[in-house]
Amino acid sequence: MARHHITATINGDETEFSCHTHQTLLDVLRTELNLTGTKNGCDTGDCGACTVIVNGCAVNACLVLGAELEGATVETIEGMSDGKKLHPLQQKFLDHAALQCGVCTPGFLNMAKALLEKNPDPTETEVRYGLAGNLCRCTGYDKIVRAVLDAAKEMRANGS
Amino acid sequence: MTNLRYECPESVDAAVSLLSAEGATAKVFAGGTDLLVQMKDDLIEPTLLIDLKKIAETRTVSFESDHVRVGAAVTGAELGENEKLKAMWPGVVEAAQLIGSDQIQGRATMGGNLCNASPAADTVPALIAANAKAVIAGPKGTRDVPVGDIPTAPGQTSLGEGEFVTAIILPNPPARSNDAYLRFIPRTEMDIAVVGAGVALTLNDDGTCADARLALGAVAPTAGLVEAATDILKGKKLEDAVLDALAKAAQDACSPIDDKRGTVEFRIKVAGVLARRAATIAWQRAEKQ
Repeated sequence: MARHHITATINGDETEFSCHTHQTLLDVLRTELNLTGTKNGCDTGDCGACTVIVNGCAVNACLVLGAELEGATVETIEGMSDGKKLHPLQQKFLDHAALQCGVCTPGFLNMAKALLEKNPDPTETEVRYGLAGNLCRCTGYDKIVRAVLDAAKEMRANGS
Repeated sequence: MTNLRYECPESVDAAVSLLSAEGATAKVFAGGTDLLVQMKDDLIEPTLLIDLKKIAETRTVSFESDHVRVGAAVTGAELGENEKLKAMWPGVVEAAQLIGSDQIQGRATMGGNLCNASPAADTVPALIAANAKAVIAGPKGTRDVPVGDIPTAPGQTSLGEGEFVTAIILPNPPARSNDAYLRFIPRTEMDIAVVGAGVALTLNDDGTCADARLALGAVAPTAGLVEAATDILKGKKLEDAVLDALAKAAQDACSPIDDKRGTVEFRIKVAGVLARRAATIAWQRAEKQ
């Protein structure tokens, strides 16, 4: 039975885990590392609920294998705030009530974070296209888009 | 599935050896956006995954004297950030970037899009129009074949045992050349082509067409070149009567299926519309050069 011993940097910490070949990053995060902030929606790359940032690029954790992560850098929702100080995107999601059940929220936040790193001043259309791979079944998308645009504005003002 | 093994060779030769030794139950793994979904759906049950992403030549785009070599495992996001490639083959890069969400773009590759052999693969018509070749590595060495010869039927390829695609070769376009790819989907994002059309063309100094290639996707079991289109455009100017003839040739080349995303009648109609529009865009781009 093939098992892989992997060392990766997860939310800034060097982390070791072991996994089978078939285990996805999503599976590793939730069941091996108990980082359950990353949600399992569809498990086929359609809904974006499991979006995390691997080596600087937003990906669906359900379509990445744990075995391929030796030396990789992974950012999940657990590493998004600075201690108890929420990331501007997290704060703006609260301010704009851009969530209801919350299952899609970690994925939206990670995708938005990756989007704003590449494009700190996106148009509404760019935000909507950028978040097209994330599905929300509760609030609709307007509040989410507004929260991202507002966070982008604040992050630009603060130079963060 | 717990017996599934994983290897990440660092050379093409090592990958070929692994692939040859394991036989048909080995699968080449690049972005995994199709492969992992097929495994989860129990459509395939591989015993070995061979990850290409540690092989340097599958992960690089290199500009040579007469061609561009795009590694098979370069992601859509990376293609989109490659300004030089985008300037040379905008239609090819647009086709690659239409695939899936930004998250999928972070993983999905042109090599995978080609070898997954979906009739609706977006990059394949664009690559056929661009006269691209696939570099195939295998136990007998490497060979280049036209991209359109790789898919043979939905989900089937012409690759032999121990063979895989290491790169896509795009010719350096002549002066006053350009390309475009358009697809129809029922919404604006996150869907699969109902029809796709790629056009690459070169203009003469007098504004007439020197050469052109039109390829269609999702209207037949495999994407294919519309051979009649080349003669329709050659020597002509961008005029309605020429575009009407092009649209008719595109429609005549279709043998689509009916499915939930489009009827036979609709697909044939749209193929003509997209052929006309893609040719117009490619033409206007080429005129600006």
